[in-house]
Amino acid sequence: MNQETVQRDRPWLMRTYSGHSSAKASNELYRMNLSKGQTGLSVAFDLPTQTGYDSDHPLARGEVGKVGVPIDHIGDMEALFDQIPLDQMNTSMTINATAPWLLALYVAVAERQGVDPAQLQGTTQNDVLKEYLSRGTYIFPPEPSVRLTTDLIAYTVENIPKWNPTNICSYHLQEAGATPTQELAYALSTAIAILDAVKASGQIPEERFPDVVGRISFFVNAGIRFVEETCKLRAFNRMWDAMAEQRYGVEDPKKRRFRYGVQVNSLGLTESQPENNVQRIVLEMLAVTLSKNTRARAIQLPAWNEALGLPRPWDQQWALRMQQVLALETDLLEYGDLLDGSPVVEAKVQELIAGAESEMARVADQGGMVQAIESGYVKRELVQSHTRRMRNIESGELKIVGVNCFEQTAESPLTTGTDSGIMKVDVQAEQQQIAGLQAFRAARDQQVVDRALNALKEAAVGGANIMPSSIDCARAGVTTGEWSEVLREVFGEYRAPTGIDISMAGQTDSAAMDAVRAHVRSTGEELGRPLRLLIGKPGLDGHSNGAEQIAVKGRDAGFEIVYEGIRLTPAQIARAAQEEGVHLIGLSVLSGSHLELVEDIHAELEKIGAASIPLVIGGIIPEDDAQQLKAQGVQAVFTPKDVDMNAIMTTMVDVIRSTNGLAG
Amino acid sequence: MQPLDQEQLVRAIRLRERAALAAALNLLDDKRPASRSSAITLLTKLQAGQSKNNSRLIGITGPPGAGKSSLTAALISVWRQRGLSVGVLAVDPSSPISGGALLGDRLRMKTSSEDDGVFVRSLACRGQFGGLSAEVWPMSLVMLAAFDITLIETVGVGQREIDVADMCDTTCYVAQPGSGDSVQFLKAGILEVPHILVVNKEDMGAVARRTLSELGAAMSREHNEGNWTVPVLSASATKGSGIEALADVMEKHHSVLREQNLIEQRRHHYQGKWILKRLHEEFGSNGLTRLGGVDSTLDQLQTHSSTLFEQYEALRQRLL
Ligand code: B12
Ligand SMILES: Nc1nc2c(ncn2[C@@H]2O[C@H](COP(=O)(O)OP(=O)(O)OP(=O)(O)O)[C@@H](O)[C@H]2O)c(=O)[nH]1
Ligand SMILES: [Mg+2]
Repeated sequence: MNQETVQRDRPWLMRTYSGHSSAKASNELYRMNLSKGQTGLSVAFDLPTQTGYDSDHPLARGEVGKVGVPIDHIGDMEALFDQIPLDQMNTSMTINATAPWLLALYVAVAERQGVDPAQLQGTTQNDVLKEYLSRGTYIFPPEPSVRLTTDLIAYTVENIPKWNPTNICSYHLQEAGATPTQELAYALSTAIAILDAVKASGQIPEERFPDVVGRISFFVNAGIRFVEETCKLRAFNRMWDAMAEQRYGVEDPKKRRFRYGVQVNSLGLTESQPENNVQRIVLEMLAVTLSKNTRARAIQLPAWNEALGLPRPWDQQWALRMQQVLALETDLLEYGDLLDGSPVVEAKVQELIAGAESEMARVADQGGMVQAIESGYVKRELVQSHTRRMRNIESGELKIVGVNCFEQTAESPLTTGTDSGIMKVDVQAEQQQIAGLQAFRAARDQQVVDRALNALKEAAVGGANIMPSSIDCARAGVTTGEWSEVLREVFGEYRAPTGIDISMAGQTDSAAMDAVRAHVRSTGEELGRPLRLLIGKPGLDGHSNGAEQIAVKGRDAGFEIVYEGIRLTPAQIARAAQEEGVHLIGLSVLSGSHLELVEDIHAELEKIGAASIPLVIGGIIPEDDAQQLKAQGVQAVFTPKDVDMNAIMTTMVDVIRSTNGLAG
Repeated sequence: MQPLDQEQLVRAIRLRERAALAAALNLLDDKRPASRSSAITLLTKLQAGQSKNNSRLIGITGPPGAGKSSLTAALISVWRQRGLSVGVLAVDPSSPISGGALLGDRLRMKTSSEDDGVFVRSLACRGQFGGLSAEVWPMSLVMLAAFDITLIETVGVGQREIDVADMCDTTCYVAQPGSGDSVQFLKAGILEVPHILVVNKEDMGAVARRTLSELGAAMSREHNEGNWTVPVLSASATKGSGIEALADVMEKHHSVLREQNLIEQRRHHYQGKWILKRLHEEFGSNGLTRLGGVDSTLDQLQTHSSTLFEQYEALRQRLL
């Protein structure tokens, strides 16, 4: 075929979600990725930055620079974009509770680069509602959070017109177990909550409201059932268009377009036979590219070693190359929409729309998305869906190659290297970051800082848009922790519903389950009282799926469960275990800070005279670390390959038995 | 569990030592015969010194989700500001299928982890009706020995389940705006029991106000214990409004009881009833008949004061 004569569509934006150790190291990585043909940046921040703590805050211990880049102040932000001209870059920032602050820093850095902020292009995720449901980096209660979200939207629509102020996310809902219907319903209900709030804030004149609607973009997921997933995107497209027109009166079809970016599903990526993840990722990418009329604007892909730990540059490069092969080598971009007119696709789309509409009506009946989140309803629905998924994997009804079928494998050359096939973050990074932060604080003009913080507080209390005073704070050298602390004082903090109080109706009993229950009951009788288990999520880690599933299963198995949700300190966990008289503490840590956290919890238990309570842990724990933890007295370590929940329960009972001197 | 020196344990409980409190509560939960007998010794020792302290025993009850735990959390912070220490026993439902439970009340009561003035123990109701579990009474005695205020949160209750009133000095009923439950309760005579009514979630606005006025109107305000007019309050646990007033009213009820010297008498009485209930559970009406009937057993229990739990154990042994 003659390549020259064929019209090819322009490919989507290709990104790699990345950031680690320090602003400087991440800057080097970004410039390398750009030189490899990446066309936009996608910044991953570390957890202290996302939850509003400075790197030297006690809660930040072990988390600094781990899962993303630490940004404490304008100096860090400037280093992050060193030699990257912001007027030419399209930057996506996965930032939520502290989104106004990171945008403020970005604007202040642009000013320093001599770039007119009005020229900036990019995205702040800025969708806090899904943080309560899945992602976990919320700080404030829903009401003030929605206000901050709307302030950022209103500000950019007026001042940074090419900015995408919010990315309504259904991605994270699927990662927490949501079905396609739930993804549609909850994302669109969130969009309604946010748009209604912008409207009610009165910050945007009526006639400009279509511009607001036009700036809303989405961040969606694409799972392995790629036919259904592509239909889901068509459903999104249609429902959004109708909503923009009917609910918000947007006449211009361009402003009603469903614009979205994608990260494909990671929940289904496995630790066992991890090379199979490559096939999964490629197939999932098809779902969001096949149909021209609903093609993604931007795509970022996970790496083959997703379930093992953080990706190395080479792993990320491989993921980028998948996109490039699809866009540049295949003929996909030469055709019009491949699926238009297919009755099969149309029927599926209709089915999804109908399901989503009825779920949206249920949410609306409760007063809207904010209320349905506060009451715990939506979270329970998600936990229920995820529980169903886990049960189906366990029973073999849902096949996962290499996990519950075809488990036999030859040794993989991918994971035999000295680094075990994952990226190890520089252990010095945290200390260096803290030293840098302290030097920065010492060098700034404290009076200017205090004045800026006072103005911020006034805006927070008085209701003025939060952006102008935040930008002043950025210029003045305020830190991430200081900005957040002012707002914590004004707005308070929040703990979201855990969703584990789902009804047990419809559960499938099995002989294995009966055996586990008998084991739990008889061990409880031997010890004089029912077995009690505390499930703890220490540190800033927001990955709650594993803890929730263990909690739900634990209750099914007959344990009395104490679970207080995410982000507890080691002291809180140790004290709760003692107060509640539990037989076992089960920690769940996926953020990579398990070594520091276990050390701290052991110390706290010792301090309060509760060192005899045994400890097990689950999460993303590399083999070497598992050995080390066991040497420190942790009784058992579980990782994603442990999908047999009955076996996990049995092991926990056995740990209780052996540590209490009962026969095995 | 290692053998405990009882004297030392009692002393440590009075000093609010956390490890001792936890150990004592674990012991009272323990059904093994050896543990049972040391539990009885412990309770007897604790009882002996009980009348000295000025502790309050407060029950919070109401329908599921009314905000009992959230209100408890809000009250805790008011009490802490007033310099009062608080022990909480929070009861959650057990699964009838597996016997397992999610102890969720605690989640709402999260307090500063460094504060030794607050101690929360959750309990599963373990098949008990009435919104409590069998262990609550004995455990409350440990809490009373250690804390200024002992608060008991029941399971979200239905219409006929209000055991907590047979146990606490002050019972507070939390009503859910707009649910209609509370008015149902009134009709069923349940709302005669509590000493304080509070409509939570006043931030919901009109619905809350309507429920407040319905309750206010329907309530026969004189409590049958005399000398107490049941107040109907409005509050919001999440917004923190009305909490000081609620704490004040609780304090007032406590002093009314104290002035009339009712506290010890009532606690004693309830304790007798609790023992009867346990005996009934374990041995049925037959067992009680063998002991000479309900009234005579109760009388017997009332007259020998300081060793109630020893008597309980003695009665059990007679029936076993
Ligand atoms: C789903 C997911 C998410 C969801 C979380 C949703 C939720 N509410 O849980 C979302 C999309 C929100 C998310 C976000 C992030 N994620 Co994520 N996420 C994952 C993913 C894909 C799956 C984890 C999961 O839920 N698995 C399903 C559950 C059931 O399995 P599990 O937790 O492993 O639990 C099993 C066992 O481990 C064990 N277990 C676990 N806990 C316990 C506890 C006890 C007591 C017991 C007995 C057993 C046990 O039993 C379970 C049964 O099989 C993993 C990669 C992977 N495939 O594993 C990355 C991963 C964990 N995420 C990662 C990162 C970096 C993040 C972010 C921090 C990125 C960023 N910079 O912003 C964010 C922020 C999250 C936060 N606030 O902390 C990294 C962590 C890297 C590391 N440790 O070195 C991973 C490994 C991906 C990667 N390779 O980069 N993530
Ligand atoms: N709007 C509003 N919601 C509240 C208030 N107090 C509690 N809630 C919410 O009501 C729900 C239930 O609160 P809980 O405190 O757990 O209620 P509970 O009575 O202890 O519930 P159970 O122990 O399960 O019976 C939660 O979603 C709370 O956030 C309030 O004052 N106003
Ligand atoms: Mg409760």
